Amino acid sequence: MDAITKRLKKPRNLIFLVALLLVLVITGSVPVAIGFAFLFGTPLVFMNELPPYASSLERIWQYTYLTMCTFIFTFLITPILVIVPLSFNAEPYFTFTEGMMSLSSDAFSLRWYKDIFFNGMAAPNAIEGWWADMWNNAQWIRATRNSFFIAICSTFLATSLGTLAALGLSRPEMPFRRLITSMLISPMIVPLVIMATGMFFFYSDIGLAKTYLGIILAHTTLGVPFVIITVTATLTGFDRSLIRASQGMGADGWTTFRRVIMPLILPGMISGALFAFITSLDEVVAVIFIADVEQRTIPRQMFSGIREQISPTILAVATVLVALSILLLTAVELLRRRSERLRGMAPS
Amino acid sequence: MTDAALPSTAQTAGAAILADDGIPLKQKLARTTRQLKWRAFLLTLPLVLFLIVSFVLPIGQMLFRSVHNPTAGKVLPNFTVSIQNWDEQGLPDEAVFEGFVKDIQDAAQKREIGRTVGNLATRINYEIPGTRSLFTSSARKLKRVKEGPYKEALLKTNKKWDNPAIWRALKRATRDFTPAFYLAAVDRKYDDEGRIVQAEELYQIYIGNFGKTLWLSTIITFCCFLLAFPVSYLLSVLPLRTSNLLMILVLLPFWTSLLVRTTAWIAILQTEGIINDILVFIGLVADDGRIQMIYNRTGTVISMVHILLPFMILPLYSVMKTIPPSYMRAARSLGANPFTAFRRVYFPQTLPGIAAGTLLVFILSIGFYITPALVGGEDGILISNLIAYHIQKSLNWSLGAALGAILLVAVLVLYWIYNKLVGIERLSFG
Amino acid sequence: MKLSTLLKTTVAGVGLAFASSMAQAGDITVVSWGGAYTKSQIEAYHKPWIAKTGNGIKSEDYNGGTAEIKAQVEAGNVTWDIVDVELSDAVRACDEGLLETIDHSTLPAGADGTAATDDFIEGTLHDCAVANIVWSTIFAYDSSKIADGPTTMADFFDLKKYPGKRGLRKGPKANLEMALIADGVPAKDVYEVLNTPEGIDRAFKKLDTIKDSVVWWEAGAQPPQLLADGEVAMTTAYNGRIFNAVAGEGKPFEIVWDGQIWDLDLWVIPKGAKNKELALDFLKFSTSTEALAAQASWISYGPARKSSSSLVGKYHNKDIDMGPQMPTAPDNLKNAVQNDFNFWADNQDQLNERFNAWLAG
Repeated sequence: MDAITKRLKKPRNLIFLVALLLVLVITGSVPVAIGFAFLFGTPLVFMNELPPYASSLERIWQYTYLTMCTFIFTFLITPILVIVPLSFNAEPYFTFTEGMMSLSSDAFSLRWYKDIFFNGMAAPNAIEGWWADMWNNAQWIRATRNSFFIAICSTFLATSLGTLAALGLSRPEMPFRRLITSMLISPMIVPLVIMATGMFFFYSDIGLAKTYLGIILAHTTLGVPFVIITVTATLTGFDRSLIRASQGMGADGWTTFRRVIMPLILPGMISGALFAFITSLDEVVAVIFIADVEQRTIPRQMFSGIREQISPTILAVATVLVALSILLLTAVELLRRRSERLRGMAPS
Repeated sequence: MTDAALPSTAQTAGAAILADDGIPLKQKLARTTRQLKWRAFLLTLPLVLFLIVSFVLPIGQMLFRSVHNPTAGKVLPNFTVSIQNWDEQGLPDEAVFEGFVKDIQDAAQKREIGRTVGNLATRINYEIPGTRSLFTSSARKLKRVKEGPYKEALLKTNKKWDNPAIWRALKRATRDFTPAFYLAAVDRKYDDEGRIVQAEELYQIYIGNFGKTLWLSTIITFCCFLLAFPVSYLLSVLPLRTSNLLMILVLLPFWTSLLVRTTAWIAILQTEGIINDILVFIGLVADDGRIQMIYNRTGTVISMVHILLPFMILPLYSVMKTIPPSYMRAARSLGANPFTAFRRVYFPQTLPGIAAGTLLVFILSIGFYITPALVGGEDGILISNLIAYHIQKSLNWSLGAALGAILLVAVLVLYWIYNKLVGIERLSFG
Repeated sequence: MKLSTLLKTTVAGVGLAFASSMAQAGDITVVSWGGAYTKSQIEAYHKPWIAKTGNGIKSEDYNGGTAEIKAQVEAGNVTWDIVDVELSDAVRACDEGLLETIDHSTLPAGADGTAATDDFIEGTLHDCAVANIVWSTIFAYDSSKIADGPTTMADFFDLKKYPGKRGLRKGPKANLEMALIADGVPAKDVYEVLNTPEGIDRAFKKLDTIKDSVVWWEAGAQPPQLLADGEVAMTTAYNGRIFNAVAGEGKPFEIVWDGQIWDLDLWVIPKGAKNKELALDFLKFSTSTEALAAQASWISYGPARKSSSSLVGKYHNKDIDMGPQMPTAPDNLKNAVQNDFNFWADNQDQLNERFNAWLAG
């Protein structure tokens, strides 16, 4: 209680409350007031976290600055959050209906999630053989299978080739290091259209276009830079005398790699692999140019969906993908912390 | 390693210091270094080879295609030889016509892929629009022509053959290597006399689009910078626990599919979308006066800023984190007001981060394809979309390749600058 | 290219491990325009053919153009067996040697015994292609939203009389013709005028008058959607798509036939198609009198055979006479233009360029 009255005494908090009441009265809408409270109230919370400065001019500037930051963070995250409730819309629209605003349960449904499974199925209502039908015929399920198959294969390739190369690049004796590094990183820089066009012609010539292998190669190429960057990063703080110590104690090259190097670069390898994985999962330009309908992936399916007939099913798929990226992000974050701990850097 | 040989060799080598296997130490060191170099290089070799096959060769082949177009030479082998002596005045002589007609008859009969009259017609149609059917229809009529005079026979099929400009274009096209597609890519062309001139204004599209691509990329980069700077600063000064939480707001979009984010922006910005609904609800705009915010430049810029913003925040943040707050405090205590302290002390130290972020965002945005294709409408499309158009729709592959080559050069120059200024080792994520 | 041969062998070896030969023997890949149109083909062609021959069909959608065929044929890796294309594309691809030639004498005679070459409407048989339907680009509006509806092409371009957005296909084809008709050029003179630089200027000038109100579409499924969502007041569209939205989903759309641009869709077989013989069999089957007539009960596109017209009946599950819904119905042909494939073969590169420049400007 004390804390609250203390806070209320601060003029800025009082002004905020008055403004909030005004907004509520004028618009008469609770959601608008909530939005207002979030955008202009959050900075107040953060102001208490910053060291108090003297002049009130500075305080006003501070408040303005923090409000600005709140807006920018909102800009960053809203698009991703907005699609989640929309994907449960009972109506085929891309906007919040009256019912959704008043949180009535009729306004929400799982129909677009069901549609992920039903779309393309021969007999969505059949009981017998439903699973086989869904597994083989549902468009989004097939796209998902393709996406994961391609992503797993290309991640494996990119991680093994990339780690090997990163080991070479981080050796002090590496010749032409800068040149070779720039070449190995360049797939990240070269515009995708140029790369995809080149691959389209070349892979057609050698019979790789319209095959899984072709797309896997393309996605491996795109994933490699991430693996190199992350693995090299774990190797920068690497104490090379550990290798000599291991060799001095009689370990051969392979044992040294397995028992000494590997545990240290493993976090880097895994986060590189995760980057490569998500890159492949998200990639669509190369798929547009190289793949056949047979190899359609989730983003490819989304691309034509958005182009031709944008349906809320896409939002449902998008929501699932957001959940997936949250999972992956958590994994990367945990790995990064582990790696920093292992290398004896400051704990975070 | 023969121990027995040691003493004798040690003496003959004189002053040189020997290793225990008798080889001069210097030499041995050089050899070991070489070996180590090779070993390091060998580790990168599989990937280097892989990228050469999967990446470098394909792009190289595409670049080759932008200058190499042997269609005319393949369809017209005899003509290619005989036309070279023509002085480009009036019409060529009978021998040239004979070669031409026979080549056409041959091509029409064989219908080999890449060597048909249709291929030739398409090629010449790039140079002189509207001549396509002249070739295909004449080829059909020429089937019956068995003997000379060929000039007369050809002119009888269509009197348009009387135009020396067509023959000049044909002669130009017989050269396997041609700058014609690069000319087209910068809105230039050959005129009837074979001089390089500007294309008519109504047909100029590429220079304008290159300009638009650079301009929009600049705007996008600048917006990203404006939005990223305050946020990165906040992240770098907040206590680690709080800043790590806020960092999720930056990293989550970064990890979310590009298509998901583009879809989200469509849902937000379209005329029946969320922002318009809110504006109508508040009463700022009338229901029939909804604002068009997507399928144009605005839509492209907003969604691309959102997509590329993390690429600006992350490098800025990692630089700002290393700037000790004591510098600012020192400046303040020495009497600088907050603005001066920021401008003279803090800002200069963030320059490496700014360079890294802006270059990266700019490089990525000039090559963007997906978002402009989905939300760009007509006037928000970038050069990548035109390249894709020529590769997939109009089938003018050489022109697509030429446009691609120009874009590639621009990107590589920027990449080189990035490498010089920032260094690719500095690239990092999360 | 020696290198490419080497790589090809390597790839073939590696490819064995990946061999995902989804298509078994006896399966053909049929490629068409998707949506209601592909559905009509599946009902009228695919299902009876599968039942009759025991072969399988893999159906694929595309958005037109010959890019894919060209890429497959030039790479020698043809996965499409038979493709539904527009006339100008068929002619162009045939000229470039991308298609198998088709011997017209092997096509089945009409149900009334007329030889195929006489039974097909004039101009629907080509060296490399056999037409199945006549379709048309028309414009349509939502009659529940516009009470006193437009009746002429000029109305489409009249923003004062009929305010609201317009939907147009993104590209010069059909739009330039329609603009000239709206500007008062009689249908029969359209290409004569378009063949002059002044005519092209005139067409673009007319398009200029509505440019700011245009929503551009690319896939055939989009226009009915645009109308249904109220995104546009009227839109050009393929007549069959509008008809299906009306007949199938009960949408209150109205077609205006004045100034329609009609064209053909033809079957072509890419050169080197893996199942060429089966594809040819499918082609003969699907262009028979009965199959063409059957398709007309699923979508309002006119059959390419004369002998089919007498068999055209009603929509498959509703009491709608299909005859008057066809682009070729006499009432609908009063002020109509047939797409001139020669004009477009000659000028499409240049006009696309100008159209793109015009769009961006």
